[in-house]
Amino acid sequence: MAKTLDQIFVLLTHWIESFFPPAWRAAIGVVIGVAAIVVVFATLFALTTVLERKGLGRMQNRLGPNRVGPYGLFQPVADGIKALTKEDVVPFRADAMVHFLAPLIFLCAVLMGFAVLPVGRNMELVDMDAGLLFFFAMGASTELSVFMAGWSSRNKYSLLGAMRAVAQMISYEVPLVLSSVAIVMVAGTLSLPRIVEAQAGYTGIWPHWYVFTPWGFASFILFGIAAFSETNRSPFDLPEGESELVAGYFTEYSGFKFAIFFIAEYLGMFSISGIATTLFLGGWAAPFSFLTVIPSWLWFFAKVMMFIVIFIWVRGTLPRLRQDQLMNFAWKFVLPMTLLNLFVAALWRFMGEGWLRWIVCSAILLVAYVGAGRVQMRRKKFGPRSYRYAE
Amino acid sequence: MTVVFWILAVITVVGGVAAVTLKNTVHCALALTAAFAGLAFLFLQLDAQFVGFAQILVYIGAVAILVVFAILLTRGSEKPERGVFSRTWLAGLLIAAAVFAVLSWAVLSSAAALPGAGEVPAPSVSVAQIGNALMGRYVLPLEILALLLTAAMIGAVLVALHEKGVRK
Repeated sequence: MAKTLDQIFVLLTHWIESFFPPAWRAAIGVVIGVAAIVVVFATLFALTTVLERKGLGRMQNRLGPNRVGPYGLFQPVADGIKALTKEDVVPFRADAMVHFLAPLIFLCAVLMGFAVLPVGRNMELVDMDAGLLFFFAMGASTELSVFMAGWSSRNKYSLLGAMRAVAQMISYEVPLVLSSVAIVMVAGTLSLPRIVEAQAGYTGIWPHWYVFTPWGFASFILFGIAAFSETNRSPFDLPEGESELVAGYFTEYSGFKFAIFFIAEYLGMFSISGIATTLFLGGWAAPFSFLTVIPSWLWFFAKVMMFIVIFIWVRGTLPRLRQDQLMNFAWKFVLPMTLLNLFVAALWRFMGEGWLRWIVCSAILLVAYVGAGRVQMRRKKFGPRSYRYAE
Repeated sequence: MTVVFWILAVITVVGGVAAVTLKNTVHCALALTAAFAGLAFLFLQLDAQFVGFAQILVYIGAVAILVVFAILLTRGSEKPERGVFSRTWLAGLLIAAAVFAVLSWAVLSSAAALPGAGEVPAPSVSVAQIGNALMGRYVLPLEILALLLTAAMIGAVLVALHEKGVRK
């Protein structure tokens, strides 16, 4: 019974495929998978917009939207109708073709990233040998569309926002990739379903997830920081800093094109949370061995939603980083930590089983963390605050 | 030659031709990106997964962005006054045709020189095999590449530092 529930979507797909001649079955399976991904993640996007606005509101000591449905749950419907019916304003001197293509390319690149996510047992759309590399390649393609959006608007603020966004995304792409390389090194494969399988199995009731190892935990934190930056979320949301650049690179977009940027940004959040759960949190595996009766796809979505809640939580809590602080952080702290983390992961692998490797690896990472932090803060003098008032 | 190959080939060639004939330089850069994407998908069609995705990651994700940044930060984004074609376009065309002829002769003759060409299907190379080869047989080129990249990074830092010194 638990196994049927676990594989219910795979069985449904096979059942629908059985109505068609054998030559068409693979194509029909792919079409069903793509339709399922689009529907499920678009629905999750709608849910997340409400969650974010209510959550941020509560964190800022106010209510958030509560008019449209019970507790404001139908707010996305209202937002969707608004976005669809707003006038689509394109500036006169804007580059119309590039202005039109930018949100499309953004959305397509982000949606392609979902193709390799193992949503449940046997439930990935494509099992590629180099699946993780495919995901990072699609992430890199989104940067180009950000630039296209900013440049085609013929607006200084958009261009500035786009340059900042691209600089930020490129700087944090290196730590993103390097922190997942530690996982790839230990798992021995770039294929995401096989990375999930490498984390299967339980000792007693405890799972073998990579986040429970010192290097895995460090990787997880570094990957999380880089993920915040790749999706332009607070505290790294200077490109779309609402109080500084109007809306950054999508200032000149209105109506449905803005909605497409919005959707693509949130879908990017989902896909990077999906990759983080696959690499670090064991993908669709249950946290304790007695909980494996609950279907694998439920666990995957629970973990992804936990990440989304963390994204929203950090957005409501931390102040925004300045551009130079952001870049300094990336190149002087996060990147050396990811390189050291690679070394520690290798050390873990070759030290053999036992308690010694836990102590040595944790010690190296902690000392590096504290040391690098102290060295970076050496040149910044924090005295008492001084205020200058207008006379 | 399947339909997919023809579609990808058309995309690549049209992207390349557009990259040299369009008037707006940023449009040229975007057309070049389309050509890169076409090449990457051709690699994927040949079942070279690692090279295809690395092409997307490196060319579209980094080189194309570098090209557009360079266009933006120089005066290339203004309209060219005298049109995009130089006066010696015929000589350029002849030289390009000669290079193409040499390259295609080399490729076609090397394909014919393989023993039993066409009978044995190409081996499917996995990423693990590429990794092993890089760390085993080709470790010296890998280290030289690392030196080259380090030199590039040091050069970039030096260029940025020099600007700060001049301004002070």
